[in-house]
Amino acid sequence: MADLTTLQGLRRSPLQDMAAELRNGSVQGDRAVLLREWPFLTMVNIRVEPGSETAGRIEGVLGASLPQQCGDVTGDGAHSVLWLGPDEWLVISQAAPESLVGSLQSAAEGGRAQIVDVSANRTVVEVTGPGAREVLEKGCPTDLHPRAFADNTAISTSLARVPVLLWKVDANTFRVMPRASLASYVGVWLLDAVAEFGPRASAVEGV
Amino acid sequence: MLQIKCPWCGLRDETEYKYGGQAHVAYPEDPAALSDEEWAQYLFFRDNPKGPFAERWVHSGGCRKWFNAVRDTRTYEVLAVYTNNDPRPEISPEITATGVAAGGQ
Repeated sequence: MADLTTLQGLRRSPLQDMAAELRNGSVQGDRAVLLREWPFLTMVNIRVEPGSETAGRIEGVLGASLPQQCGDVTGDGAHSVLWLGPDEWLVISQAAPESLVGSLQSAAEGGRAQIVDVSANRTVVEVTGPGAREVLEKGCPTDLHPRAFADNTAISTSLARVPVLLWKVDANTFRVMPRASLASYVGVWLLDAVAEFGPRASAVEGV
Repeated sequence: MLQIKCPWCGLRDETEYKYGGQAHVAYPEDPAALSDEEWAQYLFFRDNPKGPFAERWVHSGGCRKWFNAVRDTRTYEVLAVYTNNDPRPEISPEITATGVAAGGQ
């Protein structure tokens, strides 16, 4: 059996090599946009019949209800639950994946449900700042105006033609979740997209 | 761009969807009993109407669910969307005559 604790230390996130580029490539000023990867978040995919007894037990473990509508996000503490489809959800959490998946699986035991650890599937790129929405609007076909896309909303959509989950936390904070293999493409696209919004952080700091 | 209303996600651009051909083509009850001609009819022959056409779509860029839509092949207007469990909705003759519709709302 492989030594998992050693492997944890050797893990590399999809945008690890771009960390400095993202930091220096962020822009400052009135329409500042800060780019940053949030690596290694725990993500668990849940498929279960909504409203069923099994779903109720899963909700008990999560301490949040499974959202019933496209865009809805529930949970405000340890776990956030994103709507992916009428019978599919994504839990995003900072808890250890083994313990979260374990407790969800034991809650679902005997019922019809699928609980899968998909933490390595996606990474999270946080796009923050007053210019964040404008940057994303350059490459996202969905209407991101606040009248159509409220705070704490998450949808599956595309950014620069690649599929992403887009989670709007508040007016100036978006989390873009591309697949790991497309993360560097999204990172490079974002670095190019923010260029017109202000001076690069590296230029300001004279790095 | 054509916009289609997913029954679960609402109005989205056509680029988020993929097309699945004619809807309501039932799999034969006993495929082994079919003649070659009947099997070919089931596999390859589809309606090609000028006007409302019930077809399958999948929201591959969103919730990844299949659903049905009635689309006017003359105007590209989506007249109705409905889930696989729902029966095909009646499309009123006035709508089909003028090609004017509420955009599947």
